[in-house]
Amino acid sequence: MSGSLYVYWLIFALMMIGLYIVISHGNLVKKLIGLNIFQVSVFLLYISFGKVRDGSAPIVKEGIDTYSHPLPHVLILTAIVVGVATTALGLALVVRIFEAYGSLEEDLLHERDAASGVDGPS
Amino acid sequence: MTAELPALQVVIPLLCAPLCLLFRSRTAAWLMFLLAALASLGCAVLMAGQVAGGDMLRYEMGGWEPPVGIEYVIAGFNVPLLLLVSTIAVVVAVYGRRSLESEISSSRIPLLYACLCLNLTGLLGIVSTGDVFNAFVFLEIASLSSYALIAMGKGRRALLAAFQYLVIGTVGAVFILIGVGLTYAVTGSLNMADLAARLPDAYGNRALTAGAVFVFVGFAVKMAVFPLHGWLPDAYAEAPSAVSTFLAATGTKVAIYAFMRFAFTVFGAALVFERLPLDRIGLSLASLAMLVGAAAACFQTDLKYLLAWSSVAHVGYIVAGYSLATVDGVQASYLHLINHAVIKGSLFAAAGILMLRLGSVRLEALSGLGRTMPWTFGAIAVAGLGLVGVPLTAGFVSKWALATALIDEGQGLVLAAMLVSSLLAVVYTGRIIEIGWFREPSGSTAAAGTTPVSMGVATWALVLASLYFGVDPRLPASLADAAASALLGPGGG
Repeated sequence: MSGSLYVYWLIFALMMIGLYIVISHGNLVKKLIGLNIFQVSVFLLYISFGKVRDGSAPIVKEGIDTYSHPLPHVLILTAIVVGVATTALGLALVVRIFEAYGSLEEDLLHERDAASGVDGPS
Repeated sequence: MTAELPALQVVIPLLCAPLCLLFRSRTAAWLMFLLAALASLGCAVLMAGQVAGGDMLRYEMGGWEPPVGIEYVIAGFNVPLLLLVSTIAVVVAVYGRRSLESEISSSRIPLLYACLCLNLTGLLGIVSTGDVFNAFVFLEIASLSSYALIAMGKGRRALLAAFQYLVIGTVGAVFILIGVGLTYAVTGSLNMADLAARLPDAYGNRALTAGAVFVFVGFAVKMAVFPLHGWLPDAYAEAPSAVSTFLAATGTKVAIYAFMRFAFTVFGAALVFERLPLDRIGLSLASLAMLVGAAAACFQTDLKYLLAWSSVAHVGYIVAGYSLATVDGVQASYLHLINHAVIKGSLFAAAGILMLRLGSVRLEALSGLGRTMPWTFGAIAVAGLGLVGVPLTAGFVSKWALATALIDEGQGLVLAAMLVSSLLAVVYTGRIIEIGWFREPSGSTAAAGTTPVSMGVATWALVLASLYFGVDPRLPASLADAAASALLGPGGG
C-alpha cells in the first residue's frame, strides 16, 4: 500500500517541512520561503490526483485513448496565481518592514516596538 | 436583467476595483466604492425578495451547467450575509471618506478604495458561490486585499500585523485547499450540491475525513476561533479606522458563514457532528474563546485592542450556537452574527472618530472626554451595552436566543461560560464609561476640530440599527429563521 502511494508520502513530507519552516524560523523572509514550500507541495498534491496510469498529456492526438485528467491542472493554475500574489504581497510587506524597523528578525522587531513605547498587545 | 443578479453583485465591485486605480482621484475612487456598495446592496435586496418564500436562485456562471460549471446559489442561508456585507459596505463608504483622508496619505487613497472593492468582491463571492474551489479563490481575494488594507494603517506596527495575518491566513487558506483537494479526490466533484449528494456514500473514507478536518481547521483560522485568534487583535487594531470597521463587521462573519455552509450543506451534519466530534470541540473552544477574549479585553490599554479582543469573545458565542447543530442553535448563531456585526461596526466607527479628533485611542487619553464629546461617547456607551447584552439592545436578543438553545440541549457549562463572559463585558464596557465620564480631563489631549457629519451619521446609523433590532427583532429574526431552515432543512444546499 505504501509502495503505490509513495507520491503522497513525499508530498506530505514536503508539506510538513514547509509548515515547520514557517513556525520555527524568526526571519520573515525564511517564513515566506517556508510558506512557498508549503503551497507548492499542495500544487503537487493536486497534480498527482490528475495522473491516470498510462495516460498521456491531455492533448487530443490520434492513436492515444488514455489521457490524464486535466481539471486538477486547471484548478492548480488558479492556485499558483494566488500563490504568486501572496508571495509578492508578502515580499512587499517585508521591504516596508525593513524600511520601518531596520531588521527582519521577529524577536528584534518586537523588542524595537516595546522600546519605542508603542502600546503592545497583552 | 434580474436573472443575472447573482453574478452582477459580485462583478460590479470587481470591475470598480481597477477603475479606482485608473481614475487616480480620491473623489472618483470614493464614488466607485460607493457605487459598488450601493449596487451590491440593491442586488442583495432584490434577491432577498426573490427567495423570501423559501425558493433558491441558481445561476450558471458562463452558461456551463453544474456540476461541471460553477454555479452561484442564493437562498435563505446566504441572504442575511449578502444584506449584512453590502449594508456595512455602504455605511463604511459614507463613513470612510473623511476618516481615510485624515489617516492615509492622499496618493494612497485610490489604492485603498480599490482594495476595499476587491475585499467586497471576495466576501460577496464566498457567500454566493455554490462551488468549493470557487469559494477558496474568493477567500483568497478577500484575504489578500485585507492584508493590503491592514498594512495601510498609520503606525509601523500595522505592517507587522499585516505580515503576521498574511502568514497565518495563508496557512489557513492552504489548509482549505488541501481539504478541498482530498474531497475532490474522493468524490470527483467540486459543486456543493453535487458533493452533498455524493458524500454520504463515502463516509468512513479516511481521505474524506482528513479533507473535512483540513477544511474546518482552515476556516477556523479565518474565523479567529480561539486558539487560532492570534492574528485578529493586531490586525483590527492597527488597520485604518474605516478598514477596522469594515473588517470587524464582515470578515470573520463571512468565514463563519462558510464554515456553516460547508458543515451543513456540503459535508453534512451526519459526518461533521456525529462521526467527527466537531460539536464537542466547537463548544469547548467557544467557551474558552468567550472567557479568554473577554478577560483579555479587560486588560487592554487601547480602545481598538479592547474592541478587537471582545470580537474574539463574540466569535465564541456564534460558534457555540451552530455547534449545537440544532435549528435553534443555528438560528441563534445567525442572529448574533448580524447583531454583533452591527454593534462592533458602530464601536469601531466611534473609535475612528476619536482617532480623528485626538490622534490616539489609548484609554488614558480619553479621560473626561465624555463631557466634551457626548455624541461619540454616547454611541460607545449604547453599543457597549449591546455587547453586554442589556435588555432592549440587539445583544440581549441574540444572547437570549443562544441561552435558550443551550438550555434546550443541556449545555450548562457553556451557558456558565457565556454568563461569565457577559459579566466581563460589563467590566470592560464599564471601564470605557468610567474613563469617559467620571475622570477629570487630562488637559493634554483636548479634542481638536469637530466630528465630520458623515462620520457621526454613519456611526449613529449603526447604533440606532442595533437598538432597533433590540426593540423589534422581527427583521433579523425572520432572516435567521429562513437561514436556519434552509441550512438544516431537507434538501438544503
